[in-house]
Amino acid sequence: MSGKPRLTYLNGRGRMESIRWLLAAAGVEFEEVYLETKEQYDKLIKDGFLLFQQVPLVEIDGMKMVQTRAIMSYIAGKYNLYGKDLKERALIDMYVEGITDLMQMILTFPFSPPDAKEKNLESIKERATNRYFPVFEKVLKQHGQDFLVGNKFSWADVQLIEAILAVEEKVPAVLSGFPQLQVFKTKMSNMPTIKKFLQPGSPRKPPPDAHYVETVLKVFKK
Amino acid sequence: MSGKPKLYYFDGRGKMESIRWLLAAAGVEFEEEFLETREQYEKLLQGGSLLFQQVPMVEIDGMKMVQTRAILSYIAAKYNLYGKDLKERALIDTYVGGTEDLMGFILMFPFLSAEDKEKQRALIVQKATSRYFPVYEKVLKDRGQDFLVGNNFSWADVHLLEAILAVEEKKSDVLSGFPQLQAFKARISSIPTIKKFLEPGSQRKPVPDDKYVETVRRVLRMYYDVKAN
Repeated sequence: MSGKPRLTYLNGRGRMESIRWLLAAAGVEFEEVYLETKEQYDKLIKDGFLLFQQVPLVEIDGMKMVQTRAIMSYIAGKYNLYGKDLKERALIDMYVEGITDLMQMILTFPFSPPDAKEKNLESIKERATNRYFPVFEKVLKQHGQDFLVGNKFSWADVQLIEAILAVEEKVPAVLSGFPQLQVFKTKMSNMPTIKKFLQPGSPRKPPPDAHYVETVLKVFKK
Repeated sequence: MSGKPKLYYFDGRGKMESIRWLLAAAGVEFEEEFLETREQYEKLLQGGSLLFQQVPMVEIDGMKMVQTRAILSYIAAKYNLYGKDLKERALIDTYVGGTEDLMGFILMFPFLSAEDKEKQRALIVQKATSRYFPVYEKVLKDRGQDFLVGNNFSWADVHLLEAILAVEEKKSDVLSGFPQLQAFKARISSIPTIKKFLEPGSQRKPVPDDKYVETVRRVLRMYYDVKAN
């Protein structure tokens, strides 16, 4: 037993990627177990590892944690990325939840039927540029600080940099109307733990491809 | 300014209902402003009150909070319904995540076609009885205590009771294989603040009807078809 958190998921982004980002940003090393077959998944359920029969699963501090948000809140709380008081936590939660709604559109994109992909891509672009990015552009402009909440690096910053890069993969020029976010992106990317995570060979997973989609469908087939 | 939290939403359950439950459980009085017209919603948007252009929105402690989960977490923490430490909070978050997923199947129900409603009803019952209720039944059985986490009333208990009652509205005998949950339901329903909320005349909203669906569609201009899971 290494004492490191152990992540069980498919070998790809999905819902686990935000957890990888947060652990990496906090400078926490972790191990990973990859689900490749339905049999592995069925065995995990049979052995009682998955409280609601779902992954992500993160084994951490003696707990077998499931539910993405619960896992991330725990990590953020443990590694001091959750603000200094209840009000800062409220802001972080609001920002993270908003970004999660945007990320949800990216999460489901690879699984949308071919004839819906163009429309969904357009929706991602529209939401990012009209609903979500303007909020964070304004927050950064108004307080003029490096980080979104309380002048201190937090979960909200990690979630935002992840989202920016994910949207840029789909809409390369998406930050063109957002100078504050461009600066934010550079600053966050240069933070030592994040810089390391962005380098080749890190646990960061590549954008989902056809093989990933195939694996998901196979492992979770009813 | 009354100092009471003020809730902005439609006059119906939707995503705001869990917030009403939690405030009520905590014994906190609150005011409500009901969205009935598109103009009201646009006024809120133009006034910059809705961070991501969405409701629920709750004015509380000088903040205009949005995002249901953020609002619920704030209330839970403020009123000591979030456990005593990080690990209890983790358990509460996990359990609430489960009941939230279960209630997610019910949230879209009123917007489905009649045919899809029947399929969805079956799905709700199947998920409740095979995935979610067994978990909470086991937690209660293994621990032998009154509440899900620690030995204190928490957000997890409120949310589970809300979910149980919501599923029962779709199938009244759904708890028949779950004796622990039956006892839990009786126990939590008799907590004074919850008992009050369950009485007629409280701010608890009724099962959503066609008028509610119409209002939501009109105010949000949400005219597309909602598909079942």
